[in-house]
Amino acid sequence: MFDTPHRETSVDQTEIKISARGCQVYYGDTHAIKDVSVEIEDKTVTAFIGPSGCGKSTFLRCLNRMNDTIDICRVEGDILLDGEDIYDPKVDPVQLRAKVGMVFQKPNPFPKSIYDNIAYGPRIHGLARNKAELDEIVEKSLRRGAIWNEVKDRLDAPGTGLSGGQQQRLCIARAIATEPEVLLMDEPCSALDPIATAQVEELIDELRQQYSVVIVTHSMQQAARVSQKTAFFHLGNLVEYGETGHIFTNPEDPRTESYITGRIG
Amino acid sequence: MSVSVLITIVLGLAAIGYVLARRRALAVVDGDSRKLHSRTGYYGQFVFLMTAVPALLVMLVWLFVQPVLIESRIGGMIPESAFPEGGELTLVMSDVRRISNGLDAIEATGQGAAAALDATATDVRAEMAAVGVALGSDVSPEVLSAAQSYRKMQHTGAFWLSIVALATALAFLVGSLSRIRADQRARNISENFVLALLIGASLVAIATTLGIVLSLVFETYHFFQLYPWQDFFFSLTWNPQFRGGSDLGFIPLIWGTLYVSFVALIVAVPVGLMIAIYLAEYAGPKLRSVAKPAIEVLAGIPTIVYGLFALITVGPFLRDWIAQPMGLGDSSSSVLTAGLVMGIMLIPFVSSLSDDIINAVPQSMRDGSYGLGATQSETIKQVVLPAALPGVVGAILLAASRAIGETMIVVMGAGAAAKLSLNPLEAMTTVTVKIVSQLTGDTEFASPETLVAFALGLTLFTFTLALNVLALFIVRKYREQYE
Repeated sequence: MFDTPHRETSVDQTEIKISARGCQVYYGDTHAIKDVSVEIEDKTVTAFIGPSGCGKSTFLRCLNRMNDTIDICRVEGDILLDGEDIYDPKVDPVQLRAKVGMVFQKPNPFPKSIYDNIAYGPRIHGLARNKAELDEIVEKSLRRGAIWNEVKDRLDAPGTGLSGGQQQRLCIARAIATEPEVLLMDEPCSALDPIATAQVEELIDELRQQYSVVIVTHSMQQAARVSQKTAFFHLGNLVEYGETGHIFTNPEDPRTESYITGRIG
Repeated sequence: MSVSVLITIVLGLAAIGYVLARRRALAVVDGDSRKLHSRTGYYGQFVFLMTAVPALLVMLVWLFVQPVLIESRIGGMIPESAFPEGGELTLVMSDVRRISNGLDAIEATGQGAAAALDATATDVRAEMAAVGVALGSDVSPEVLSAAQSYRKMQHTGAFWLSIVALATALAFLVGSLSRIRADQRARNISENFVLALLIGASLVAIATTLGIVLSLVFETYHFFQLYPWQDFFFSLTWNPQFRGGSDLGFIPLIWGTLYVSFVALIVAVPVGLMIAIYLAEYAGPKLRSVAKPAIEVLAGIPTIVYGLFALITVGPFLRDWIAQPMGLGDSSSSVLTAGLVMGIMLIPFVSSLSDDIINAVPQSMRDGSYGLGATQSETIKQVVLPAALPGVVGAILLAASRAIGETMIVVMGAGAAAKLSLNPLEAMTTVTVKIVSQLTGDTEFASPETLVAFALGLTLFTFTLALNVLALFIVRKYREQYE
């Protein structure tokens, strides 16, 4: 019994950034994602919610082909970025990941200086022609990551020496330094305290001006606070997808209602 | 009664004690084991330990003290006139011991009474030879009688040892059984004993290291009393003369050691690192599970076999194809030979440790890099290797200390000529080779020419110890990074 994703009329009016059609994911013999179709809009925060193990992180990792690094993982169906199939053999996953950046659940700064952490992506992709340009990119990214004021005097200090919340904002700044078009965030606040969470959420809201942001979260309050669209996953199925306000106040599927009222999950 | 039979009996008594103690513990509380402080098994262990440990300790002490006592008494019995020409008491005593063993053997054949042998009447030497005891000279009556009383004292000693050990075991068995009470902390006692055993085991390792260092230090001290230390550390020639007046400069040797080790690391580090990167980052789990043990087989080859390989294959090959055509030398043993072969030996040390260290770099580091659009090789070069670098350096230092202490390969591959040269195709020698050559052979053990081996050993030990400490320090510092 599959529910077709519930579409809002407004979806058609804005630009579609990513569109998945009949996406299936298998880990060996396990069918982890079952026939998920979803359209993610540009300049919007989309939240994926659902109980643990429902496949929301797996689906997120399909969007920038991070699942390629897992040997037993197999993806079927189409995922289009700006109308282009990202699983087409012509597409280099490395180039794709420069366009679709990712922030992980646990802050993972490289054991390098703060400056080198940010400059890592721009250096690889040759975004700066000289040191001055690189300096500029680093400063701009740190400012957009809302961490510039805290680290501007110690750019040579190791990134691993920062606090958990600072590390996560550093990782977000690192991700936006490569000028991605989409930013995927896999439970970016689950390792953070409420104050750091608030800072990151504020940051996400600002990022919406320029990027399409997809965030996986376990906190329904967080989804309600930061996102405009919400998708509810359950046991590998996309149960319901629509305007965040609509999902939380007037869910159509009984499973969604049970989850957001705390009866399952 | 022989010692092994005695030990078996003591352990048997202890086992009986175990069974009795469990019963007694239950009897003390009228069969309700909940009223006991510990489970019944612990009361059994308590009595077992109380029976076995003191008796075995008594035996141990006895077996150390008895020979000393007997030898001092027998030594007094032998008059100086009985010493062979130029001989010493220790030599006579070893004869006495061998004759006494021979007497036992004669007794065992049952052909004659050992006590009745008379040095003047029979040819004792021939009799001994008949039972497999070879003697260097004919046996004088004094020595024979000393051997006979030596044998008698040993038998008496063994008899009393059995009595005392069994008495101790029995006394402690009965004593500990009668001490069993409901509130006795039997578990704590037996657990403390195990704890003491574990501590003792670790002390053995530490005490041995300490003993080795101390013996090196003492002999080195003797050496420096006979030979000026300035010459040892600063002289550029190594030329031992067993007539005396030798040059014992340590610089040519340490130069050879460092040169060979350097060549070995030049071979081992790049190859080992590339193997580690391949295994950790690219190889699939199946290939890895086969390849890693296969490479580690290299570490299991005895170094003497590597030495043969250097001597028979690599040395002549380098001489015929490189050294002679280029006019750089015509010796098959050379620094390059030993270095190359030692490098091969060190590959698994570098690769296996580095592989573990690269694997320990968290996957989240790699994910972070891939997520930014880095390729796998960029990720390895710029994220994984820098993160693993301290550990890899530690692995390399461990390999270096192996190389410095390596002996067999250099004995067979590098030659024995102490030279200060830069030409890698010339024969050179190392500290370890010279230690071997100074200590083997019939030489007096008090001349600077032999004692220098201890000074060399101590220097080498200091080198490898420093490298090991440095490696440990670096590895430990690295470990703290992700925890």
